[in-house]
Formats: sequence, structure tokens, C-alpha cells
Amino acid sequence: MKIVFQKPKALSAGRFHYCPGCTHGIIHRLVAEVIDELEIRERTVGIASVGCSVLAYNYFNVDMIQAAHGRAPAVATGVKRVLPESVVFTYQGDGDLASIGIAEAIHAAARGERVTVIFVNNTCYGMTGGQMAPTTLVGQVTTTSPRGREAMHSGYPVRVPEMLATLQGAAYLSRVSVHNPVQVKRAKEAVKRAFITQLKGLGFSLVEVLSTCPTNWGLSPVEALKWLEENMIPQFPLGELKITEGVA
Amino acid sequence: MTRRLMKGNEAIGAAALAAGCRYFFGYPITPQTELPEYLARRLPEAGGVFLQAESEIAAINMVYGAAAAGARVMTSSSSPGISLKTEGISYLAAAELPCVIVNIMRGGPGLGGIQPAQSDYFQATKGGGHGDYRIIVLAPASVQEIIDLTRLAFELADLYRNPVMILGDGLLGQMMEAVEFNEEDDKGNRPIPKTWATTGCKGRKKNIINSLYLDPAELEQHNLHLQEKYREIVQKEQRAEEYLTRDAEIITVAFGTAARIVKEAVVSARARGIKVGLLRPITLWPFPENALKRSLQRARAILTVEMNAGQMVEDVKLAVEGKVPVYFYGRTGGILPDSRTVLKEIQRVGGYDYEDSLSKAESLVGG
Ligand SMILES: Cc1ncc(C[n+]2csc(CCOP(=O)(O)OP(=O)(O)O)c2C)c(N)n1
Ligand code: SF4
Repeated sequence: MKIVFQKPKALSAGRFHYCPGCTHGIIHRLVAEVIDELEIRERTVGIASVGCSVLAYNYFNVDMIQAAHGRAPAVATGVKRVLPESVVFTYQGDGDLASIGIAEAIHAAARGERVTVIFVNNTCYGMTGGQMAPTTLVGQVTTTSPRGREAMHSGYPVRVPEMLATLQGAAYLSRVSVHNPVQVKRAKEAVKRAFITQLKGLGFSLVEVLSTCPTNWGLSPVEALKWLEENMIPQFPLGELKITEGVA
Repeated sequence: MTRRLMKGNEAIGAAALAAGCRYFFGYPITPQTELPEYLARRLPEAGGVFLQAESEIAAINMVYGAAAAGARVMTSSSSPGISLKTEGISYLAAAELPCVIVNIMRGGPGLGGIQPAQSDYFQATKGGGHGDYRIIVLAPASVQEIIDLTRLAFELADLYRNPVMILGDGLLGQMMEAVEFNEEDDKGNRPIPKTWATTGCKGRKKNIINSLYLDPAELEQHNLHLQEKYREIVQKEQRAEEYLTRDAEIITVAFGTAARIVKEAVVSARARGIKVGLLRPITLWPFPENALKRSLQRARAILTVEMNAGQMVEDVKLAVEGKVPVYFYGRTGGILPDSRTVLKEIQRVGGYDYEDSLSKAESLVGG
């Protein structure tokens, strides 16, 4: 019998621990498919961050390092400098990357570090129970913004790729979403381009993936996808912000 | 053997290079900056990488990545910078990643000053970061010893898969001394194969570097494993210099720069007929309690001298177990103890009369 669909080699057997309807699982799969398609599994080193995806080291069937909260881009830098021929990616949430680890992310980009960052934005700290993140929308209710995020008090959401776009070392920056099949397909293309950017040695690459957190948003999985589309996309517009010649 | 004049900070760099270290990640801070500056010049020509990180936090996490990738790697800083590195040090210890961390101490707390001090003893030997972990701490007292201990640091790090700290102070970092230094000596000292490293899983199952154990039973197992390793280190790696301790009635205990000053005082005291010796810990962790215990057979008083308000003295007291009185003399703020004051302290804790001992010394000279 001809196999037409199977688990990517870059994913280990076993079940994800993610909540039902959480899009972390889709994003894992996209990254794994890209690793398979580019045939780089045996030279890839992944860096798991702190957050709901902390156990990513169990899920990706590649060499994996678990990093301290926010420090994944620095850890990735260490690996890449020792093993320039390896393919290094980090997988980070918005609390991890845009808050505690913003300096590490900015400077890895500024250095043009040849690593790929998968940045999963679900507008909250999922793992610790849905607190406000730097990406939380104005007006969005979280456990630490119970009256909704107030701009005068907590400021405005951080748009990471836009912010990094000013840095010369950033070679590929893109924002995608996974709220419907068309977008999932586009997301995969972006992830692939980010890895190709690294493989071609062009510089730092980052893909922000808009993701859901039905559990902490208090919505059903379907409602969460709709909420993402209606509320997050206006704040975090989709598209390629920066693409260096030679990537496509 | 080549005899050279070398500055302490640069000697660390030269010895690290000779020991096969090819990666350095750091962030400038006085009084250790000559070390990164030296490696910025030398590492690229040796085929290695020097990278100035955006912060100490980033630097130690770059070390984490490089160590995970199987490299011999080093970082260095001074007191406030080491405070920032402690998060990473806890992770390195937990994930059992070998690396060398240099702390050329200055006075604290806070921003403190830039003069030499030993006030990070607690931070170095008792953790600093969170969790039940230990790192090996080596305390050189001369530029020659800086070279020897830097070599040793890389070997021990690999052997035990554990971070090793070289704990010096601003004076040691800045001073120049003649040393015997031959890179050829390190030829035999090559990293042992690191089959656990995350280098890409070609031809094997994937490797994971991790410090997370959500199941308490697993985390306890991991802790028990670490503690067993630490016990082995305590048994095998205690190091100390014993100077005139064999017949000593008074034992002084001091490390690093303080020990040099105390040695001077011990020499003058001996000239006055006072039976005093110096026990100089070379490993601060593991603390050389066996050597100290041995020296207690004769001694009736211990004097600990430090460039802080009294930190190592606690380990001395633990080792002495109340068998003899333990006294402390220290200076803080970046001020060095002076050997004449230490001599007076030796006489005071030994119950010697100052005038008496002077005339004894004179008669010794006269005789
Ligand atoms: C130094 C440190 N501070 C805080 C935490 C607690 N913590 C664990 S996960 C997390 C937030 C993660 O949120 P995010 O990166 O958005 O990922 P998500 O869980 O939403 O996928 C925090 C604050 C920690 N582990 N370490
Ligand atoms: S808490 Fe949110 S982000 Fe975390 S697994 Fe559940 S749905 Fe996903």
C-alpha cells in the first residue's frame, strides 16, 4: 500500500501534552515537515524554551537543548558558533521571547546570527495560567489584566518582526497564522524560507506564528480560531516583513 | 620551558588557549577586561571564536549552547557580572555541562568598587544560583598558579561534566609575574569524547540537554545522581598548600591574594620564634577539610584571614568542629590586609606577648 500521509521523521512518536485545540501542535508539525523536506534532521539542533512548549525537546526527533526562560537565542548562538554547519532553531513563546528574552532575541538578530526562531504568539503566558504578555491586546482580559489591558497602565503590544526589521542582521522576518488551512500552508512556506535563509548563510530569520490558547482565553477551539482572526490579525498583520535576496 | 613575564588576566587566556579552549563569550567589566581583550586577539588566529555578548546573561547562555555542542568553552567576569551569570550557572550545573567560569573579584555589594576583594566566596562555593548544586572552585595565588589551575579547570570540567570556577581577585588579575609556560605541556590534554553532546543526531539516537524534571521522583533521582558526583569530587579533588604547618601551634588559613600576605606574616612570626603555619586552600569547593583536620593535631588556635567580612571562616569552623578556637581577621572594600597587622593578629590569637616575641626575634638574629 502506498503511504500518502504520515508523521514527519522529525517528530518523535507519542502524544503532545497540549490542550485540545491549541495550535502549538500544528506549528510543531510544520517545523518538523520542513526539517524533513530540507533533509536536515541529522544536523539540526533545536532549542526548547520555557512555556507550554517547554517539552518540545521530547517532540522533535532531533538533538534538543532546553534553555532557560528567554535565553534560547543566546544558547542557539553558542551552538551555531561551535557548529557552523549545523541547523539551529529556537521555538519560543511570546512571554519567553518578547518579554524576559527580548534582549537575547534583538541581539541575535543584530548579529545576523544564522539561526531560525519560531516565535509563537498567543497573546498570553499560557503555561503559568494566562497572565498578560507583551503581546496581549489592549482591552484583552487576562489574569493579571483583569479589567482588560489598559494602554495607559501597561503600554501597547510589542510587534516583534516589525521591531527587528530595522536591524541589518535580520535577513528574513515574517508573520503567519494557523487559523485555517490556507494560512497553515502559508505558514509552512514561511518556516521553510526561514530555514533556507539559515542554510544559505544569509543571516537571522524569524517567523512569528499567531497561535491560540483556548484554555486561557476561555473559548472553545473553534471560537479561539475566530478570535485570533478577528482580533489578533488587525494588531499583528500577516505577511513577509523582510526577505533577503536569494531566499525564495 | 619558556620563562615569561605575564599579567594574571592574560595568563588565564594563554593557559585556556593551550588547554584547547576555542570559545569565549563575555561582557566587559573591570578588573578582568584584559582577559577578553587578550582572547579577542588570540582566539580567531587559533581558529576559535571570541564573541562579546550583549550581557553577562547572554554570555553564560552562549556558554551553555557551546558546551552542549561539545566545545571547551570559557567565560569570565567580575563580581556584579557573576551575579547575572548565576542563572546560567545553575542551569549548566543541572544539565551537567562542562565549562570554565572566571571570576576576578572586586569589592561589593552592589556596584561596590573596582579594587580586589574576596567577598564572593559564599556566592562561588555555596551556589549563588538556585537549587542544590555545586561547582568546583579553584583559587590561584600567583600568576604561575593561574596557568596551572586554568589547565586543571578544563580537565576537571570535562571529567565531571560540571562547571569549574577560577576565583581570583583584581590584584591577581592585574599583576605581572615571571612564569614557566610552555604550550607544549598541554598537547596530551585533549577533551574526552562527549557522546552526550547535541551536535546533530547523524548515525545515532537524538541527544537531549535538559534540566527539567516535572516528575518529583525523577527530579529527586537526578538530584541524588548529582549529589553522588559531588561526593566523589569532595573525596578526590581537595587541594591545599601546607606551609610550615607540621609543627605549627597556630594555623592561619587564607586563599589567593590574602594567602600571599599571610605567608609574609608567617615568615616574620617564625623569625620571632612563633610556631605558625599557613594552610592555603587551592580548592575552595571542595574545601580541603582533610588537610585542615590533619593540621589540628598540633594546633591550638586557627586564624582565618580574608579580604571580606568573614565567609570562608564558616567552612574553617565546620572543619575544625570546635576542637580549637577559630579567629578571623579581614578587610573589605578593596583594601588589602597588611602583613604587620596579620602578624599582630597571629601573636594575639596565640597569646604571645608582642614585646616578648620581638626580643626573642632579636636574640635569634643576635644568636
Ligand atoms: C526566570 C523565570 N521566570 C518565570 C518563569 C515562569 N514561567 C514559566 S512559563 C512562563 C510564560 C511562558 O509564556 P509564553 O512564552 O508566552 O509561552 P506559552 O506558555 O504561552 O506557550 C513563565 C513566566 C520561569 N520558568 N523562569
Ligand atoms: S495553556 Fe494555552 S498555549 Fe498552553 S497548551 Fe493550553 S491552549 Fe496551548
